[in-house]
Formats: sequence, structure tokens, C-alpha cells
Amino acid sequence: MRRKKYFAVHAELSPRAKTLLGIFSFVLPVLVWCIVSYVPAVWHPLVVVSDPGSVSYFQVDMRVDPGTFAQETATAAAENRALPVGKPANPVYLPAPDEVLKAFYTAFTTPPASRDSPWLHQSFWHSIQIIFWGFTISSVFGVPLGILCGTYTPISRVTEPFVEFFRYLPAPAFGALAVAVLGIYDGPKIAIIVIGTFFQQVLIIANTTRKLDGALVEAALTLGTKNVQLLRRVVIPGILPDLFRDQRILLGWAWTYLIVAELIGTTSGITWFITQQARYQHFPNVYAAIFMIGIIGLGTDLVLAYMGKRFFPWDSNGKV
Amino acid sequence: MNAKKTLPSYLEQTDAVKARFDRLKAREVILEVNNLGKSFPGTSGKGEKETVALKDVSFQTHRREFLCIVGPSGCGKSTLIRILAGLETSTSGKVLLEGKPVTGPGKDRGMVFQGYTLFPWLTVKRNVMFGLEVNGAGHDEAESQALQWLSLIGLEKFANAYPNQLSGGMKQRVAIARALANQPRILLMDEPFGALDAQTRARMQAHLLEIWRKIDITIIFITHDLDEAIYLADRVLVLKAHPGEVQELIEVPVAHPRSTDQFITDEFLATKARLEELIYAKSSHDDEEELYPMMSRLAEVDDNVE
Repeated sequence: MRRKKYFAVHAELSPRAKTLLGIFSFVLPVLVWCIVSYVPAVWHPLVVVSDPGSVSYFQVDMRVDPGTFAQETATAAAENRALPVGKPANPVYLPAPDEVLKAFYTAFTTPPASRDSPWLHQSFWHSIQIIFWGFTISSVFGVPLGILCGTYTPISRVTEPFVEFFRYLPAPAFGALAVAVLGIYDGPKIAIIVIGTFFQQVLIIANTTRKLDGALVEAALTLGTKNVQLLRRVVIPGILPDLFRDQRILLGWAWTYLIVAELIGTTSGITWFITQQARYQHFPNVYAAIFMIGIIGLGTDLVLAYMGKRFFPWDSNGKV
Repeated sequence: MNAKKTLPSYLEQTDAVKARFDRLKAREVILEVNNLGKSFPGTSGKGEKETVALKDVSFQTHRREFLCIVGPSGCGKSTLIRILAGLETSTSGKVLLEGKPVTGPGKDRGMVFQGYTLFPWLTVKRNVMFGLEVNGAGHDEAESQALQWLSLIGLEKFANAYPNQLSGGMKQRVAIARALANQPRILLMDEPFGALDAQTRARMQAHLLEIWRKIDITIIFITHDLDEAIYLADRVLVLKAHPGEVQELIEVPVAHPRSTDQFITDEFLATKARLEELIYAKSSHDDEEELYPMMSRLAEVDDNVE
């Protein structure tokens, strides 16, 4: 009975069940991660050395192949030397949850390696600015153009086929070109985000605009509404909640271009932090930084979803 | 219904009804439709012929007349009202509103659609203000007029509600108020109560008659519900399908003021019989109409429902 209720197609769940399952969607991967990290029998393909004993090339915290470790132990035992001590461990690129959790704090408090390098929060702030400008520039042109395409067929026909073609060109492919034109600092990075977002934006918003109920436009016409008024008083307010949802999705899209964009020219922002930490094998910091991007992205989206509900109280299909 | 009495002819009118029609026809003509035709081009690649939706439709309505248009499906009644509204263009013929040709949509012709077309982002009050504002009225003036219209339809309490908080009947009342707020010469209604349940529809019909009595408005009302047509209309324009042509313009002999009690009067039934004859007698021979296939019995032999 219960199972039937839960697994009906498009089953309605209680708000409580929804929240619980939502939390569970986060708990589940973390649980898997914990098991892989804390249960030695699960994976742990290496041995981390805690005391090198008499083995000359072993060092504390060195990770060695268990075969090698066993062989060295056997050799030392046979020759009556001090035995090395170690325990099973995962590779260095898979830190345990507690290490990453600690890194969430320490990544901010650790001073940068060289004095003129940015701190983590400075790197983040830099990345957020890149996203902001990239997304804003794209929206300033993309949103009006999308609305015009969705409203007026000739504009759509003269724009969309080319846009459709252009959106298949991968944005990072323009990296070298962007550097040649805009230099090596923030210019080319913003450009990549604009290229990655703009063309999708035009098409998505044009489609959203086309989906506006034609009967509303007709009703407005019979009330004596004329051309530009129709756009301003019917089309734009009519699509606004959907437009807002589209923009939320597109903002997420812009974030996914961030890392590639920041590698272009001089590496900067959060990408610089991540590559830098990975070079020194500070993998907890790497994970922490990656998760922080996710948290910022999801956090922004939740805030925007909440704002959407406040802005458009009349929107009945306002699903988050 | 066993004691079948012979009904009077639907053409018989009492003196009062006749006098009323004389007065109606003495009023000036508001809308004149002359030899209106509409055809849709066929898909030439598939060798399809063009479809004729309307052919040679002509009629007139007088000021403050309530005209219903009925017809079988495919008779082009919706196309007709959309041409009157200016939402579609005719391929031949003319529509004259107070002598001036109709070329596109305008505020002199209000329209109420079957679907709910209130602007969901505007409150009820702002919906009613919409037409006034796009035609240049100031906010305050539009607001005070809108509130008057809302009190006329009895929804002033819902002035600040959004359309999605209203029932279907309320939405259509607001849609009527919104159309009327522009003070159009004519109100076009395309099956406006078609989506409502029977009870709400009956209330809306009474409500519409009440509004019509109070306001200088001419109404053209499309419906497929014959009772509704007879109950509401002064005259009923009957169209036939393929192509859509005028079959008859019937003067409804039912006395005014109308009430639901009149549904069983002789005049009402006679008119309805005539409408059914015109609309259904024809379509039963229509090649589009499918006969029931022979059905074999699937229930138990002694398990009878009748």
C-alpha cells in the first residue's frame, strides 16, 4: 500500500517527506564517502607509514603500496631490524570528510604561499565578480533580444538560425582569441562566460516568450492595446516569472564556465586557488574550494527562488 | 412527455413580443455584416483544396440587441466572431460598425473569450483598469471607473485578489467587466460560459441579462447550447456547416423579461424544436457523422440494465 503511494507516477508527497528526502539526497553521497574513508576494509589500497622503522626510504605520512610495505617489513624482520609501522589508507587525492570539513575553516585562515598572492576569500571574490560581469553583460543583450525573437517572427528568423549555429561552438575554443583581443587579465574570462551564456540565453528566452498564452495577447488587442504597449504591458509581465526561472538556470550555467574561463590568460580566482593547492597536494583544500562553489551556487539559487516567490505572488505554477 | 401537444409555430409572436421587435428594429443599426467570406488556403503540396469557413454571411444587429449565433461544429461561428473582433481578416465582404469598416481589433468592440483570459499578473481591479489605461485614462480615473464596474458585477470585495484566487464564474464576470469598462459599442462573446458547470452557467446567464438591461450595449453571443441561446437572445442567427452560411435568423418569440421558468413555455419549446431541426436534422446525414458500429453483447445474458 505505502509503496504504491510513493511510487505512483508523479506522486504527491507531503512537505515533510519532501524535506526529508531532500536532506537524504545530501546525506546519501556523504554516507558513501564516509564508508569509503573510515571503513578500512572497503577500499584503502595503500599503506600510510606512521613510523619508518629501519626502512631507509620510508618517511612519516608516506603512502606506499601494501606489497612493498609487506616486503620491507618481512626483510626488516628477517634481518632483525626495527619494523616500519603503518595502516591501510586511501590515496592522497581522496581525503576523509573530516579533513575536508576542517579545510573549510583552515583554507580561509592559511596565508597564501607567497606574499603577493591572494587569500582564499579574495580569490572567491574575484571569481564572483567575473561571474557577475559575464552574466550581466550577457543578460543586457540576451534578454531583450530573446524577448524580441519570441515576439516578432521576422526578428526570430533573422537571428535564431545563426544563434543556433553559434551555440554549438564551445566557448573555451574562443580562449586564445579572447586573450589576443582582450589581454590576459579579466577581459577574456568575462568574454568566455558571455559567449557560453549569451547564445543559450537568447534561445531559451525566445522560447519562453513564445510560450506566452496567445489568448492573453488577443484579449489585450480587443481592449485596444497597440504594438509597443503590447510588449510592455502584456508580453513582458506575462513571461516575467518564467524569465526569472530561466535566468536562474542560466546563472548556474555561467558558473559551470567559470573554471575554464579562469584558466585563460593568467589563472585567477578560485581556479588559481584550486590548481595551486592541488600542486602542493593539499587535496582537502581542493575539495573544500570545489564544494564552496557548489554552496555559493545553490545558495544564490535558493535566495533567488525565494525572491521569485515574493516578486510574483500571482504565479500559480511557481515551482522552485 | 407522452401527452404530446402540438406546439405553435415559432414564427407566431404575441402582440407584446411583436411590439418589442418593432421597437428593436426601429433602433439604429450598430453592426452590419455584408457578404462576409473566409477561406483558408489548402496545403498546395498535398493537393488539398482550400477550406471555405464562411460564405456570403450577411446580417445586421440593432443597438441594444442581444444576438446569439448557433450552429453545428465547423460552421465557422468562432471564425465569424474573431473577424468581427478584428483578430482575423475576412477574404471577402465587409464588416461595418456604425457605418465604419472594421480593419483590426479596437476598443469599440469588447470581447469575452471562452478560456479565462484575465491577466494573471494583475489584480482584479488592475485587470478592469487595463483597457482604460491603454486608451489613455489616468490611473485615478481608471481606478474609480474600475471600482464602479466591479460593484456592478458584485465583486468589489475581490478588487485586490489575483485571478488565480477566483472561481471560473467570477473570472468570467471580471472578464465581462474588463470588456465593458472600455464602453464598447458592442460586446462579442465566444462561448463565454462553455467551461462553467451547469449551476454557475445558469447564474451567469441571469447575470448577463441583468447587465444587458442596465447598459447601452449590443451583445453578440456564440454558443452551442440551444437553451442558452433562446433564453438570452432577441434573435438567433443559425449557421450551417461546410461552408458556414446563414441558414435562418430567428426572432425568439419568448416574452421579456426572461426567466428560467420560460424554459417550458410553448414558444420556448417551439423555438428549440426549430433550432434542433435546423442544426441536427442536417448533421445526422452529414458524412462526418459516424454511425455506431454493430456491437456484440459482452455482458451476461440475464444481466440486463433496462
